[in-house]
Amino acid sequence: MDSTATLWMPPAQSTIAGEVDALFYFIFYVAMGFFFLVVLAALYFLIRYRRKGNEVGLTDGHDHNFKLELIWTIIPTILVFIVFIWGFRTYLKMNVAPKGAIEIKVTGQKWFWSFDYPNGAVTLSELVVPAGRPVKLLLSSRDVIHSFYVPDFRIKMDALPNRYTMLWFEAKNVGTYNLYCAEYCGTGHSTMLGKVTVLSVSDYEKWLANAGAEKDAEVPLPELGKKVYTGKACMTCHTIDGTPSVGPTFKNVFGHTVELSDGTTITIDENYIRESVLKPQAKVVKGFAPVMPTFQGLLSNREIDGIIAYIKTLSEQ
Amino acid sequence: MSVNKESFLPEPNFLTSPKGLKSWLLTLDHKRIGLMYLFAIMFFFMIGGIFAVLIRLELLQIGETIMSADTYNRMFTLHGAIMIFLFIIPAIPAAMGNIMLPIMLGAKDVAFPRLNLASWYIYIGGSLFAIYSMAHGAVDTGWTFYTPYSTSTNGAVISMTLGVFIIGFSSILTGLNFIVTIHKLRLPGMTWFKMPLFIWGLYATAIIQVLATPVLAITLILLILERTLGIGIFDPAMGGDPVLFQHFFWFYSHPAVYIMILPGMGIISEMVAVFSHKRIFGYKAIAFSSLGIAFLSFLVWGHHMFTSGQSEYAAMIFSFLTFMVGIPSGIKTFNWLATLFRGSITFEAPMLYVFAFLFLFTIGGLTGIFLGALPVDIHLHDTYFVVAHFHYVMMGGTVMAFLGGIHYWWPKIWGRMYSEAWARVAWVLIFVGFNMTFFTQFLLGTKGMPRRYFDYLPQFEGMHGFSSVGSLVLGAGFIVMAFYLIHAIFKGRLAGDNPWGALTLEWQTSSPPPPENFLKDPVFTHGPYDYDTVDVQRTV
Repeated sequence: MDSTATLWMPPAQSTIAGEVDALFYFIFYVAMGFFFLVVLAALYFLIRYRRKGNEVGLTDGHDHNFKLELIWTIIPTILVFIVFIWGFRTYLKMNVAPKGAIEIKVTGQKWFWSFDYPNGAVTLSELVVPAGRPVKLLLSSRDVIHSFYVPDFRIKMDALPNRYTMLWFEAKNVGTYNLYCAEYCGTGHSTMLGKVTVLSVSDYEKWLANAGAEKDAEVPLPELGKKVYTGKACMTCHTIDGTPSVGPTFKNVFGHTVELSDGTTITIDENYIRESVLKPQAKVVKGFAPVMPTFQGLLSNREIDGIIAYIKTLSEQ
Repeated sequence: MSVNKESFLPEPNFLTSPKGLKSWLLTLDHKRIGLMYLFAIMFFFMIGGIFAVLIRLELLQIGETIMSADTYNRMFTLHGAIMIFLFIIPAIPAAMGNIMLPIMLGAKDVAFPRLNLASWYIYIGGSLFAIYSMAHGAVDTGWTFYTPYSTSTNGAVISMTLGVFIIGFSSILTGLNFIVTIHKLRLPGMTWFKMPLFIWGLYATAIIQVLATPVLAITLILLILERTLGIGIFDPAMGGDPVLFQHFFWFYSHPAVYIMILPGMGIISEMVAVFSHKRIFGYKAIAFSSLGIAFLSFLVWGHHMFTSGQSEYAAMIFSFLTFMVGIPSGIKTFNWLATLFRGSITFEAPMLYVFAFLFLFTIGGLTGIFLGALPVDIHLHDTYFVVAHFHYVMMGGTVMAFLGGIHYWWPKIWGRMYSEAWARVAWVLIFVGFNMTFFTQFLLGTKGMPRRYFDYLPQFEGMHGFSSVGSLVLGAGFIVMAFYLIHAIFKGRLAGDNPWGALTLEWQTSSPPPPENFLKDPVFTHGPYDYDTVDVQRTV
């Protein structure tokens, strides 16, 4: 287990996480204090003043005590005031990005994230950032509302279809962290998982220089296709074991004939796969909802070639 | 029990006179209407509960356990929508309130008996739309119906929202009826500060019902128009704003949280005093804190939207007001505690639920502080922490108060007593099962498990499994309860007029009460909690 994790909180891997946790634990201990006060007082009174025998006489008629009531009104008010001020100060820090932060555009869509870097590079489902540098994310959505959530960084922000939202963080350590969609977005909501990969500054710069012009040429097509399948979100909706998911499986489909939603049939070949990647709504296999977004601009030509080659390897010829 | 003349219920009583199905379906008697509400909401409570157990079974293990992702999404939507709109909102006001409010005021009925019956038929009519929706593809939007998901998804969204829209009117009519009844039909001598606190709770609730529900109605109509005619108010492509829907929705649905909890707090106030046999501590503080909560509840809706991109200043104000609305709830809790002090306390089933309420609602309230604190909410929003928090408030608070109320007034409604031993068994199962199910979810949430997830990462499997087992224990408790409560209706021993030795007016008439509540006009001789001056004993 990561040593920065505590009993209640996951690892604290961004610069702000420690501050959030400090407030969390302050509230936690105050709340525990109140909880035990209420429950132990209740238990003590219940036992101490339980009725003995069946008959009951008149009981104590005191029904107010101004001093006591003032105390139990003022003390909680002061405590929540402290929590409020403390919370707002930390919140402001979370919302004002430092000057010079690296800006990355984040787009949510059913059901993966895409990331546009300043030099034009694009990644899917995996955000790559340097450690020790502030990163500012500009979020939006291509369809419904999604929410960008990295628990280890204590950050979350909705991605809206009509407006940009902003988020910033500074990762402390090199590593890989889970990224979730936190706003319910339909069938693939719980599989809209991603990663934030934090590299050292020099590794990040090296990676960024090569990203986009990936050394794809050295990788054989089927292997590239397999990388695309896991790395560019195909696996969110398409299985390779034959079970249908949100979309049809990739197993044993190449060269097979399928019925489309308009009743016509088509044999799955290279051109059909290419069209389905770029214009997914053009020919939808019967029984599946037309929900796939286009990958135009998100995959290179060679990556599409790779996917086609990979699907071929999954089919018995 | 020997069979003699005394094993029959007192006559005339509202259950048997007049007789016949028609006399029930056309009844203007608030007690019968309340009972019909009770049957209807208990039916939906059962359906919503079955969905809850199915959700937990699906989450027992990683991967697909008993249903597909799409079915799961429908399941949690229906669980939420049914529990909120068809069960918990009408549960205490329309069922318990309807039965008890006029008797507790010393009145013969509510101010508008026909409107009261109409509200029941409106509720049933709305629920038929909801059932139609379930049978025709159902909804997978979550009970919050967030746009643009709800305007773009398939399924029977329109019939479900139309059902909720219609049910809203039954809620408005009940609230209106209660406000007028409380103002006009109190027994002479019963001044505002001599009313039972349950009535104060219902009064504050009724104000919210009347003022907030129309906003929900407008919101749902706009959603329906958006889906059918594409008016574009929530559609970014036409210049609309999907986040506007969230503002509209929570402008109703946050006050609605208090529609759910305020009457529950009223029941707790009654039971704390009766089972401590003691004057309630801080009567006016409890009464005014209900009104204070009702007022502030309209001003905190933005705390559901801290991650929606609303301005930092709005977030600051909503955070501040959220903390302010917590204070009156804290005051009530301390008042209930102080009522126990120097009491003469007994531990029948209703008092067990008072304890459950104090224990669980305190956790529910205190975890609200975490969510009101802006940076902490950023981490916890839309995780299982929120799920656990509102179940501790709604189920640990409102439902425990409701169950306490059921056990408290069951002998009054049916004239017969349930088995105290079985009631304890059910209470233990429910209390233990509830904490197993939902306390675990606080930990899931702080560790980063998002809500509304069909599947989850391996690190969450142990806690999800434990929570699911807890839900089965919880479900078992409800099954036991259903058996002994129904058994009591037919076979329970006679309860007598005043089995708990209580001072409010409903205990001064027979059990079950006669059609017009009192055979002789009641006279107001003492306040609801005068245990220091009036010697009242239990009838056995």
